[in-house]
Amino acid sequence: MSYVLIIGAGSDIAKAAAREYARNGHDIYLAARNTNAIEDFSKDVAIRSGKNVRCLHLDILDYNSHQSFYDNLEEKPEGVISAVGYLGDQQLAQNDFSEAQTIINTNYTGVTSLLNIIANDFEQRKNGFIIGISSVAGDRGRKSNYIYGSAKAGFTAYLSGLRNRLHASNVQVLTVKPGFVDTQMTRGMDLPKKLTAQPETVAKEIYRAHKKGKNIIYTKGIWKWIMLIIKNIPEFQFKKMDI
Amino acid sequence: MSLRSWGNYPKIKNKVLTCNQQVDLKNIINDYEYLIPCGNGRSYGDSALNEHIVDIKCRNYFLDFNEDTGLLHLQAGVLLAEILDIFVPQGWFLKVTPGTKLITVGGAIASDVHGKNHHIEGCFSQSVKEFRLMLADGSIITCSPNENTEFFNATCGGMGLTGIILDAKIYLKKINSKYIDQITVKTENLKDTFDTFEEYRKYNYSVAWIDCMAKGDKIGRCLLAVGEFSSDNILDYKPTNKINIPFFFPSFVLNALTVKIFNFLYYRKVKNRITRQKVDIDSFFYPLDAIKNWNKIYGKNGFTQYQFILPKDNSFTGMHEILDTIAKSGKGSFLAVLKLYGKANQNYLSFPMEGYSLALDFKIEPGLFNLLDKLDEIVLKYHGRIYLAKDARVSKSTFEHGYPYIAKFRAFRKKYALDKKFVSLQSQRTGI
Repeated sequence: MSYVLIIGAGSDIAKAAAREYARNGHDIYLAARNTNAIEDFSKDVAIRSGKNVRCLHLDILDYNSHQSFYDNLEEKPEGVISAVGYLGDQQLAQNDFSEAQTIINTNYTGVTSLLNIIANDFEQRKNGFIIGISSVAGDRGRKSNYIYGSAKAGFTAYLSGLRNRLHASNVQVLTVKPGFVDTQMTRGMDLPKKLTAQPETVAKEIYRAHKKGKNIIYTKGIWKWIMLIIKNIPEFQFKKMDI
Repeated sequence: MSLRSWGNYPKIKNKVLTCNQQVDLKNIINDYEYLIPCGNGRSYGDSALNEHIVDIKCRNYFLDFNEDTGLLHLQAGVLLAEILDIFVPQGWFLKVTPGTKLITVGGAIASDVHGKNHHIEGCFSQSVKEFRLMLADGSIITCSPNENTEFFNATCGGMGLTGIILDAKIYLKKINSKYIDQITVKTENLKDTFDTFEEYRKYNYSVAWIDCMAKGDKIGRCLLAVGEFSSDNILDYKPTNKINIPFFFPSFVLNALTVKIFNFLYYRKVKNRITRQKVDIDSFFYPLDAIKNWNKIYGKNGFTQYQFILPKDNSFTGMHEILDTIAKSGKGSFLAVLKLYGKANQNYLSFPMEGYSLALDFKIEPGLFNLLDKLDEIVLKYHGRIYLAKDARVSKSTFEHGYPYIAKFRAFRKKYALDKKFVSLQSQRTGI
């Protein structure tokens, strides 16, 4: 049992995590909706690491397919990393519920559906790890991205409950809250350099936190303090702010 | 923040366009009137500088490796260092490598780089089986010595002015050790240096560090290092940790006196005529990579590397004259590297020709360009040329004199409308 299952494998953080885990001796399942888009990348990871890397089709919004997706894995993974994420368009989501729905279902409902299945298996066999990449946006709703933020808040709470439940079964649950990361998702945004992490750095921090048995990490670390401040701004003040 | 080249000179405002795997490069090409592709930004001068720069580093996938033939298929943004990390432990090495491994495969092709074994293996392009190139209209063609030959010959050494290299198939060579058996020969003067180069020319790798502060009958004295891969089957290669230079040194740190002292001590450090050592890949091929940002020791104003080559028949006389001119000017070069070259290849703008080249680093300071203009004249007098990958200041006419196929290259660019789309500060200055 040496496979790590990475879902949402088309994202930059997922790719960096795949390279990092393969480099550290793990075989990799890459699961994404568009397997064509990760085919070349899977070869890259295999050549770099000499490990087995397999591409799997997974539509996170097709909830009914999740059980058979997991059942069909010949070798069950030792752990799973969810890098599923869809930022969406806040303005659009305010006016068009289908955009809001896609944001919520991708970031929350879909991963809940799949992780439920995986969590039950890990609980039963009494080992494994679940790493969920949530977001600092879930720490407090802001007008600029609260649909996405609220879905991530749901996911953060889900992971917290899961950690509480699976502690007794020897399953580690790690919540990762990235701040700004230099990825496709944020391309074109003018991000402050000092607060922006590279996907490779995020991946290394995830791996280190996993090995240390951590529960929650912010990456970059400074986001822990930024969010502490943001969370503690009194609501009467916060509601007037332009953030 | 604007991208700078390795020499930190010139400095211009620019916009870096990232091409991740998803975004179609074609869109970027369509969106901008003109642009220049850039790899890891290690060319010294302005070959990859302009207002719009396409960063190809994100295209960094390994795609296939054939263990029987050593043929490696990879995207153009992979660094040579990444190739070594993976393949040295498996007993493979680059057929041709320059003095830094921190460049991309695309950059290596576009500058048609060479290494300490040029007299045996030629340039980087000579280890390339084929590559795919995106042209000005976004179309993609495959180029090799047999297919689209004109594009191959123009692109290798073409400084990114013929399109964007997407991926390539290159041959690696088998090695049996991560170590090099190195012989260092200490020579007395330029004549001795040239004779020693010839004496050791059957060795795969050779390079000489010249004491360019030496004067009179000591001019051209050097430490010549030659080497071959060992055969001890030790391949547990791990890249060495880097020393970081966190800030620009004040510009007075490197001055005529400190450079003189350094050169003096460096030469004096070696006691005997011949020294034998076993050294690893990194210290033999990439000594400067051990210091991250070593370019910062030249201070905020930056530096330039002056590298020229002279045809064999004129090499001795020409080098002598140039070293003499530099020594008299008092503008020391911290590092002066002399190399022997084999035959030139077919590419339009590749730098190497059969003869000797000298590379000199100079801090940018008042009076430097006057000296370099003087050196240009000597280089042209002896029918030599200047290396574009290092250059930030050469004039159009100096450049043209050195490259006999320039008319062919210009006509080629025009024919495929590449001259309107792929433009660098260097191409504008030299009218390429």
